[in-house]
Amino acid sequence: MTLANVHSIETFGSVDGPGLRYILFLKGCRLRCAFCHNADTWDLNSDDQRSADQILDHAERYRSYWGSEGGITVSGGEPLLQIDFLIELFKKAKQRNINTCIDTAGEPFTKEGEWFTKFEELMHYTDILLVDIKHIDRNRHIRLTGKPSDNILEMFQYLSAINKPIWIRQVLVPGWTDDIEDLKKTRAFIETLSNVKKIEILPYHNMGAYKWEKLGMKYPLEGVEAPDQESIVLADKVLHGEIR
Amino acid sequence: MKQEWRNFKGGHWVDDINVRDFIQNNYTQYDGDESFLADATEATNTLWDKVQALQKEERAKGGVLECETEIVSSLTAYGPGYIDEATKDLEKIVGLQTDKPLKRAFMPYGGIKMAQQAAETYGYKVNEKFDKIFNEYHKTHNQAVFDAYTPEMKAARHSHIVTGLPDTYGRGRIVGDYRRVALYGIDRLIAGKQEDLNRCGHGDMSDDIIRQREEIAEQIRALKGMKEMAKIYGYDISQPAKNAHEAIQWLYFGYLAAIKTQNGAAMSVGRISTFLDIYIERDLQEGTITEQEAQEMIDHMTMKFRMVKFARIPSYNALFSGDPVWATLEVGGLGQDGRHMVTKNDYRFLHTLENMGPSPEPNLTVLYSKRLPENFKEYAAKISVKTSSIQYENDDVMRPIWSDDYSICCCVSATQTGKEMQFFGARANLAKCLLYAINGGKDEKFLDKQGNHMQVGPEYAPITSEYLDYKEVMHKYDLMLDWLAGLYVNILNLIQYMHDKYYYEAAEMALIDTNVRRTFATGIAGFSHVVDSLSAIKYAKVKTVRDESGLVVDYKIEGDFPRYGNDDDRADEIAVWLLKEFMHKIEKYHTYRNSEPTTSILTITSNVVYGKATGALPDGREAYAPFSPGANPAYGAEKNGLLASLNSVAKVPYEYALDGISNTQTISPSALGHTEDEQKKQLVNVLDGYFSQGAHHLNVNVFGIDKLKDAMEHPEKPEYANFTIRVSGYAVKFIDLTREQQLDVIARNAHETL
Repeated sequence: MTLANVHSIETFGSVDGPGLRYILFLKGCRLRCAFCHNADTWDLNSDDQRSADQILDHAERYRSYWGSEGGITVSGGEPLLQIDFLIELFKKAKQRNINTCIDTAGEPFTKEGEWFTKFEELMHYTDILLVDIKHIDRNRHIRLTGKPSDNILEMFQYLSAINKPIWIRQVLVPGWTDDIEDLKKTRAFIETLSNVKKIEILPYHNMGAYKWEKLGMKYPLEGVEAPDQESIVLADKVLHGEIR
Repeated sequence: MKQEWRNFKGGHWVDDINVRDFIQNNYTQYDGDESFLADATEATNTLWDKVQALQKEERAKGGVLECETEIVSSLTAYGPGYIDEATKDLEKIVGLQTDKPLKRAFMPYGGIKMAQQAAETYGYKVNEKFDKIFNEYHKTHNQAVFDAYTPEMKAARHSHIVTGLPDTYGRGRIVGDYRRVALYGIDRLIAGKQEDLNRCGHGDMSDDIIRQREEIAEQIRALKGMKEMAKIYGYDISQPAKNAHEAIQWLYFGYLAAIKTQNGAAMSVGRISTFLDIYIERDLQEGTITEQEAQEMIDHMTMKFRMVKFARIPSYNALFSGDPVWATLEVGGLGQDGRHMVTKNDYRFLHTLENMGPSPEPNLTVLYSKRLPENFKEYAAKISVKTSSIQYENDDVMRPIWSDDYSICCCVSATQTGKEMQFFGARANLAKCLLYAINGGKDEKFLDKQGNHMQVGPEYAPITSEYLDYKEVMHKYDLMLDWLAGLYVNILNLIQYMHDKYYYEAAEMALIDTNVRRTFATGIAGFSHVVDSLSAIKYAKVKTVRDESGLVVDYKIEGDFPRYGNDDDRADEIAVWLLKEFMHKIEKYHTYRNSEPTTSILTITSNVVYGKATGALPDGREAYAPFSPGANPAYGAEKNGLLASLNSVAKVPYEYALDGISNTQTISPSALGHTEDEQKKQLVNVLDGYFSQGAHHLNVNVFGIDKLKDAMEHPEKPEYANFTIRVSGYAVKFIDLTREQQLDVIARNAHETL
């Protein structure tokens, strides 16, 4: 039995996959996104450890709210860092006929070795993924997150190849990710994929800034404001191919 | 078939007075979406602008536009009244309580002192002759009740262990079957009552027969009065309505008769939507009206419901804040045969909130089931997100008990339309009762003439230990609850007796079967606080803090304990126990006119007043702070989000609280979704999930806390003029609440997004 390193639980997830969902936030992430609003999830260690059955028993108390589309979403942190637990959780979830969703940035993804075999198995039990595109440009991706994006793009292509449904989410940070030409490139990339069910713009907000300070770190986006409605609409149109 | 009933399918309703049968044989289900709806007409906008201007003036004058001081309200006390004489031809549905819009009638029969005081509060002086008339020549309900009260009852009333009693105002909560006026016309109804009178008794004049004969005679007189009242407006309602316009107008006259003669706390309209749709549908089929005209008539009728007013005294306003009348009106629901009862008219009533903006009245109630059409559920949810003006009640738990033609007679309480009446009985303060158990019946707040804590309850041995022992507290609480239940039922027996005698609801009862079923509605205040207090005593250590007389006045909690509102069975089981225990104790007593006792966990805004009269509690609630309303968990107790809180409330069994279990929740729009489409769909998921667990009621507010704070500081902003919020069991305009209550609402809104 594998135990999860849990950050927190939200029983009322309305924007994290189809329908109403129970969200399990796991600890640990190796990206260092400048706009991260959950910096307190980076550390993989947690005092709160739970088994798959514990999680599912608790989640099922909310089953009546899920309707025909809802279920559970595992978010983070980066949930794929705890892939062994995810396999166990989702395998059991499927036995209980629960819809499963992963909210990931794809950072741990690799097509090499044992990890990929595990990922293939995990996809067997996964109904849908929410995948972030942090930045389409390789260098800016590194500047924004601390890591290159090659393996992440590879994951998109793999998920498209196996036709696994995904929602693509782009955080819109003024001055960082709102360049129209870059967004057009992102759109061009999305068009190479066959499995995209929804494209969402997530407007940047600074409500997670206090967590950086609490952890004794300097907030990198100090002074960056939330995007205005106009640029959100514009970005949304570009990503949906309505402006070319 | 009569010409008025052309194209209707016959049934039992033709020979007998049976509106339910008429509906079941004739209604047309609607499964489509809201795209057929029509916008407000120019006439609607003109009239509604005038009403809003009057409401603004009313607010500027401190809450009352004008008070009658010369005329005692009755069915025919006034000539015709219109929103504005100049635009009276625009009013498709006519009839006001007095001769002028928003003018409050003089209604002394509940109590002359109160009627005088209400006028004086707003700077009016009732003609002095009434003082003599209603003190010397004619007794009022209030005087009669106080003639009969015992000293113990007066003490309990004084200490607020029972409060809000209908001994100074009409008990309300009686829904006449106003549809009967439209379907049958008054003459047929009179004939029916005359038959009942002829058959009443076999010659032996026992108390009950004498009383019943007199009541039927009163009802017949009221029916005749309704005809006269309609004549004043140029209508003859002796025969059935011939078309939709007449049906709506006839029905409204029935309701107008009720609000001209009674100032009950709740004056519900009832389940009229599906009924009226049958008439509208026939006219649409016959090509005599358009959808726009149909909507206009519903808008104009609704406008009238928005204008119902009563003159109240300040202590009443503190109990039921924001000038509510509970003109409750239902849409949705399923029939016993499994068909849903959603019609186009249900959409039209909800659409009034778009055509004329948000409003607390009528208290629009969706009788909810997961099996209602998805389109309708989503439209209702959309209107909730937009206006926060509607409430939801679980048809799936009510239908097995009340069948498929019940109305909501107050905020949340069901009653079979035309078959039942309710004896409304306010509520008992179970939290204070717990303090009496600890302190041997002595009140923690109120002092007697010698300056000692008042002995209100029986002088049982108080608890003397430093730390509270769960078993000991439970034993003493059991004894004190026995006392309270008995006293409470007997106070209510006395009040209902006098109300029947001195303030009988002849107009409403004339539209209800003579052989009426009566329920006896008790209620609980302080629910969550008792649950948490007992949980604290059981699972943590609670230390008593005593004053110099040895009375416990405060509590210190050491350690953690489970609290109601977190889906934690340890606390929630105490909640279930408390309800069952109280109900069983109530059931032991004889209830007036062999009525069936029920109870509710429903406080309206009286949670503030009850709290104010109650000392510190073992759950950590400070002395005199507001209780949480209805069945809501205590403020700050909910640590696991909205759904965990809903799950806790859903465990409280409706079968033991047939008068209703009220829950009010506020959700920030962003917590429901990014777009309007997401928000309405997620709200439907919440409702489906909550109600499929057997929960009874949910008030849904959708707004952020910033909006509340801004509205409190800047009530003059035009966008807040109609800003409506749901409170326990009804809706109010936020700016009409007292500041204390506004702060209470803000403190309660825990489910903000992260």
